[in-house]
Order: sequence, then C-alpha cells, then structure tokens
Amino acid sequence: MNMEVNNELIDKLAILARLEFDSVSREAIKKDLQNILGFVDKINELQLDDVDPLIYITDEVNVLRGDDVKQTITHEEAMKNVPVKDSDYIKVPKVLKGK
Amino acid sequence: MSHNDKYEAVIGLEVHVQLLTKSKAFSSDATEYGAPPNTQVSVITLGHPGTLPCYNKKALEFAVKIGLATNCSIRKENQWARKNYFYPDLPKGYQITQHTTPLCTAGFLVLKMEGYENKIGITRIHMEEDAGKSMHDQDPYFTLIDLNRAGIPLIEIVSEPDLRTADEAYTYVSEIRKIVRYLDICDGNMEEGSMRCDANVSVRLKGAEEYGQKVEVKNMNSIRNVKRAIEHEIIRQIDLIEKGERVDQDTRSFDALKGTTTSMRSKEAANDYRYFPEPDLPPIIVSEEYVQKVKSEMPSLPEQLKQKFISLGLSDYDASVLTEEKEIANYFMAVCNGTKNVKAAVNWVMGPVKSFCNEQAISISEFLIPAKTISELISMIDEGGMNFSIASQKLFPELLKNPSANPKQLAEGMNLIQQSDEGLILKYIDEALAKFPEKVAEFKGGKTGIASLFMGEVMKLSKGKADPKLTNKLLLQKLDS
Repeated sequence: MNMEVNNELIDKLAILARLEFDSVSREAIKKDLQNILGFVDKINELQLDDVDPLIYITDEVNVLRGDDVKQTITHEEAMKNVPVKDSDYIKVPKVLKGK
Repeated sequence: MSHNDKYEAVIGLEVHVQLLTKSKAFSSDATEYGAPPNTQVSVITLGHPGTLPCYNKKALEFAVKIGLATNCSIRKENQWARKNYFYPDLPKGYQITQHTTPLCTAGFLVLKMEGYENKIGITRIHMEEDAGKSMHDQDPYFTLIDLNRAGIPLIEIVSEPDLRTADEAYTYVSEIRKIVRYLDICDGNMEEGSMRCDANVSVRLKGAEEYGQKVEVKNMNSIRNVKRAIEHEIIRQIDLIEKGERVDQDTRSFDALKGTTTSMRSKEAANDYRYFPEPDLPPIIVSEEYVQKVKSEMPSLPEQLKQKFISLGLSDYDASVLTEEKEIANYFMAVCNGTKNVKAAVNWVMGPVKSFCNEQAISISEFLIPAKTISELISMIDEGGMNFSIASQKLFPELLKNPSANPKQLAEGMNLIQQSDEGLILKYIDEALAKFPEKVAEFKGGKTGIASLFMGEVMKLSKGKADPKLTNKLLLQKLDS
C-alpha cells in the first residue's frame, strides 16, 4: 500500500509535532518522509501475517518496584535546565487565550 | 408534553482516580499533596532523556482492587502505551497509559435509585499517570507549571453510556467514591482533584435507537457539580434540537458560578494521540493466584456490609446511613461486638455519636469515645442501672470530656445509677402518697392522669434515680390495691 506524502499530510504532521516548514523545507521533508515510507513498503512486501510485532527486546515481565519514596534530586537541580522560571515555578507562554 | 417526557439523555462517565501510593507511578518521588511546587520531582518525572520508568507494585494492587470491587474481569497480559500530545504540564510529550489492553474490563455497578435500580456497565478501567498542574491566573504574562503531580498513579474508570439522568450520574460518582474510600486506594476528594470526572452527554428522542451527538463536559469539581453540569447540558441540547439547530461535537467546561457550560476547543484542533506500545516498560502478567491473593485481602465493600447489617435486623435506611463511610460502619460493628442489643447500637451510633460528629464537623475517626464504652453504656441500660435519656444527656457529655473513662465508675461518681431496689422505691412511694392523701382519693375516684404527680414526687425523693419503669409498676400496684 503506497501512502502519498502530500502537503496536507505534511501540514497535519507539522501541527502535531509543533514544527514549521517554509515551502523549501516542506519539499525537503516531503522527500525524506517518502523515502522512509518506501522502506516500510519494502517490509510490507514480506509475508508477515504469522509474525507478531516486536515490542520488547527482552523477555522480561513484571519488572516492578516497591512503593518507596526516595528524593533523588533537589528542587534547584530540577529547575536547572528550565529556560524561564521563578524561584518556584516553570514559566511557559499563556496556554489559555484571554486569561 | 414536556421536553423531559419527549427526550432522554444518554450519559457516560470517565472518572479519574489518583491512587494513594506514597511514591509515583514510575519513579520514587513523593506524592504528598501540598508540597512546595516542583520539589517532588525526579529525572523520570521531568522526562529527561535516557531515563527508564519502573511501575509501582502498590499501584497495580490498587488497580486490581477497584476492578474486583466493580465486578470486572482482570486481564492477564497487560501492556503500556504512549499517548502523544504536547502540553506544558506533560514533560515527556506523552502520557504513559494503557490503550488496547486495559487491566479491567466488562464490570458493572448497580445503582439503587428512588424506586428503581439501574445496572451501569463499566467498559474498562486502565492504569496511567497524572500530568502536572498548570496555573493560568497567577501571573499576567505566563502560565505557571508545577510538576509535583506529574507521574502520580491514576486509574481511569470508563462507564458504558448507561446513565439516563443527572441523578443517576450523581449516584454513580458517589458509589465510586464510596468504594475507593472503602478500599483505601484514594481519598475521593473531588475539590482537591484526587478524584475527577468527565461526562459524555447526548440527548435523543425517547425510544430512538441511535445516539445523539455527544458533548464532553469537564471541570466539575464536586459530585454536586457533576449533577448540575449534566442537568444544564441536557437542557442546552434539548433547546438546540427544539429550535431546529444542531448539537456540535464539542468539549465544554462547566462554570460552577454560572451553572453553565462553555466550549473549550473547536473540532479542527481535535487531537490525534498516535498511541503506540511503550517499549520502556515490560508487560505486566497478572496471574490468577495474584488476583486471588488481592481478593482475599480486600475489606468488605459497602454493599456487602449493608446486606450484612440488614440481616442483623437493621432497616434499609439505617443500613445505608451506617455504610455511607467505612469508619462509621467499622465503629458500629465494634459497638455490636460488645453487645447483643443491635437495636440499641444503631440508636447510639445514629443518634448521639453521629450527631456529635456532625455538630463538630469531625469524622468518626476523630471521635474519641471507644466503641467498647458505647457497648458498656448499652449494657448498663439493659441491666436497668440507667435509662437512655440520662445516659445520653448526662453521662455521654461527661464521656466526651473524658473519653477514656470507665462509664460505670463515672456514672457512680456522678450519682447517676438508677435505684432499682424495690424496698427503697416502695418507701418513696409511701412517702409520696402520704404527702397528698386528697390526690390519692381523686385517683381512686377515676382521675388516673394524676399518677404522674406521684411519679414526679418519687423522682424528687430519689433525686431522679428511681428506675422509672419499676417505679411506675409499683406505684400503680399500690394505688390499685
């Protein structure tokens, strides 16, 4: 099944990924995506009806932890990479319009 | 024909429940409410690259418990999924949740409504994690983010669209809250957001097969507001249809001050979550043995206790009130452990004990008189040493001041023990009759109402301690002789 990478699809993906493309970069990404889908189409040529998808690379199950509290980093460490902040909070552009 | 007779509402609820674990779902940072912002975080919560989540055993146990309590099947092979979306309070850019393999499926709850029952299907209950908190109104230029809540374990309980009225929705959420509190897996506090509810509401002509266009309503921060929001939404949709307009697919926010709902986002911004299996978390296999073990450790549920109380002879009403909260039910059972007089236990717990708690606005877990003491009070009354009104009006207030006191000793110290010595009471009666010979004559002449005068006199002579039942009996014998 061939999927066409058109402008509409690029625009939708751009919104979902919070990316912006001008007309030049849009053509470039269109080509890249088409290539990636080409690989997938190649795989799709194989008879895979009886093969389960590989999700996990080990056979481990039930890797769980006890309900124990451990403070592993301080507030200051946690805030170190935050670009805009005050002493308590992470600051981001207004999310709700009109507020 | 009123609109209410013409249309019916179809309501499904999604209830999010924060699990009462000490640490988060996938990391060891604390979950306690009210800590200074952005202090209960870790590199996992913050979504730093290269970090690996690891699920909390306790959260799994809690999720299995709510599944069993709502009559669900528990899935053996569980996978995690990533739900992708961008929002500043979600540092990883995806929420870890369950998508195609919810832990619990196909359960139900039976709602006891006024005059009828409605069985509400539980479609699924799945495990996931909470997002952080965004504050939109504290800073004029920015939204402020606190990630203490991010990663707290949640379960989402999704009902079938089986609810038909706002009252049923109210009862359903109340039931869920009661159950999670009984199970001790959530404090059920909707005001603080540890339990949250979204409603999917549509209306259709009665008898129609097809559902109407559904609208999602959010931000109802109390059970009462769930009811108000749904009531408003049903009327809004019926009005649109009656005006010949269309109900649009929408997500609406409830405004508790106005009692109305307003649109939150338009259709074109509809999310595409691109779920895919979470490869960082190995599957969870829930064995039958594990489920049985969790089941055997579960406390009695409200409905089971209610049936038990009814079998002890309680009325449906009393049994409902006493099972409203686990602590009251436990207290009542503890009182019953010390006495065979179940009826008196009901009267004490529903009467003086509950009234005091209500007046003081405290929960029964903060009520200091031990249940054993209430049992002893009941025995004292049954043995005839005291009557209910003295016990509840004189002794009980003293016990409230001194909760660990021995009630019998306290009553003796206060001179409250009733006199049931026949000889002594007869002596009082003789004295009383001797005082009013003309009244005795009136009594014998047919004015029997006058007996209360002698009764009062005996009480005065005995300083209120004569056993009234016995006194009454002896007095009438004497007067009739």
